[in-house]
Amino acid sequence: MHSNRYTFVYAIIISVITAVLLAFASEGLKPLQQANIALDKKTNILRSVRIETQKREEIEQIYKNQVTELVVDARGEVMSGVDANAVALKEEVAKPAAERRLPVYLYAAEGGKKYYILPLYGVGLWGPIWGYLSVEEDFDTVYGAYFDHKGETPGLGAEISEKPFQQQFEGKKIMAGDQFVSVYVAKTTDKIPYGPEHRVDGISGGTITSRGTDEMLKDCIAPYLAYFNKLKTSAGN
Amino acid sequence: MSVESTSAPVVEEKKKEALFSKKNRRILSDPLDDNNPITVQVLGICSALAVTVQVKPAIIMAIGVTFVTAFSNLIISLIRDSVPGRIRMIVQLIVIALLVTLVDQALKAYMFDISKKLSVFVGLIITNCIVMGRLEAFAMSQKPWPSFLDGIGNGIGYGIILVVVAVFRELFGSGTLMGYKVMPQWAYDMGYVNNGLMMLPPAALFLIGIYIWIQRQRNAKLINVS
Repeated sequence: MHSNRYTFVYAIIISVITAVLLAFASEGLKPLQQANIALDKKTNILRSVRIETQKREEIEQIYKNQVTELVVDARGEVMSGVDANAVALKEEVAKPAAERRLPVYLYAAEGGKKYYILPLYGVGLWGPIWGYLSVEEDFDTVYGAYFDHKGETPGLGAEISEKPFQQQFEGKKIMAGDQFVSVYVAKTTDKIPYGPEHRVDGISGGTITSRGTDEMLKDCIAPYLAYFNKLKTSAGN
Repeated sequence: MSVESTSAPVVEEKKKEALFSKKNRRILSDPLDDNNPITVQVLGICSALAVTVQVKPAIIMAIGVTFVTAFSNLIISLIRDSVPGRIRMIVQLIVIALLVTLVDQALKAYMFDISKKLSVFVGLIITNCIVMGRLEAFAMSQKPWPSFLDGIGNGIGYGIILVVVAVFRELFGSGTLMGYKVMPQWAYDMGYVNNGLMMLPPAALFLIGIYIWIQRQRNAKLINVS
């Protein structure tokens, strides 16, 4: 039997050695990991405008040439000098809608069409869920959507990150006249006061994640209305 | 965590033993069939159910586990005489956690897609019963080289099951292998549908069950005689 002293010293030494090794590994690999995370974000943004490529160069190319990042405030004014990537959505959605900084990714497709990509952030059952929703130039029609999650149950809530769920959003409307309605994620038996262009089917067995997605859409799209209205009036003049 | 002690072949002390002596080869090959960690020792089932939807993540997971079992066995075996008995499990866990974290970080840096697919399961290698089971049952009492081989053998034994299960699940679940389409289009045109059950964890349970059934049918040593 080893003495207490030996046991303690042994434990301390082995902890220190592993800590040092891990610190070096973590610091050494950080640049590569951050590059991957940045690329992943761009890939997801482009997925919401139905660009499916996985090739690194292609994504960088499209993103660099066709996507403009900007940040607007709740009154619809473009905030100059704010980096869209530096805005942490998690912190923004915790603020009241009037104080949020709102990133917009403007995608200019070939043929002159423009799509406004809005980042989303909310809560599912087990953890955060997030995504991107692209809106056409009429500021009403949804062009595409992409969702992802941290740890929803595979086969149930995790289905929000699957194509069949996301494709439902294509062509849906977020406005009824001048009023913001959003797209409801609802059970087939749920009654909503709007037509089928405002609803998609929720996920069986993933009710809480579906509700989270529903709330996330309402909460994250509504603050952009001021910006949309501003663009609409300036286009009208 | 079930750390079952399994019968480890005793390596007798000898003056000079060839690196790949018969005994050492048995240490390496035993876990592939006679003493397979999943189908015979019944360790590490949880991740076998979760990461076998597609072949590629299964292979990466198998490589990760093999790396961790091999090197944690080696390290623990090297320091086995100095480890205080009262904290031996903690020391084992520290070594395992160190290696797993390294694997996780490397995956995030070099194979981001795969690391997203494997998500929590890389971290959960720490609690994979195979790793600690082999440390307790083998590495704590054996010399480094046999321990290293035992780790590799068990990692590969685990990997075989993962890959076999993943091949069936990916083929029948999505009609692809390694991401390439193998089910011909005419099959779909004639009304063939991918089997949705294969995408869900229970399918892996059935497949592992069938594997155990076939294995016991073929291997006389595994038939319960009691």
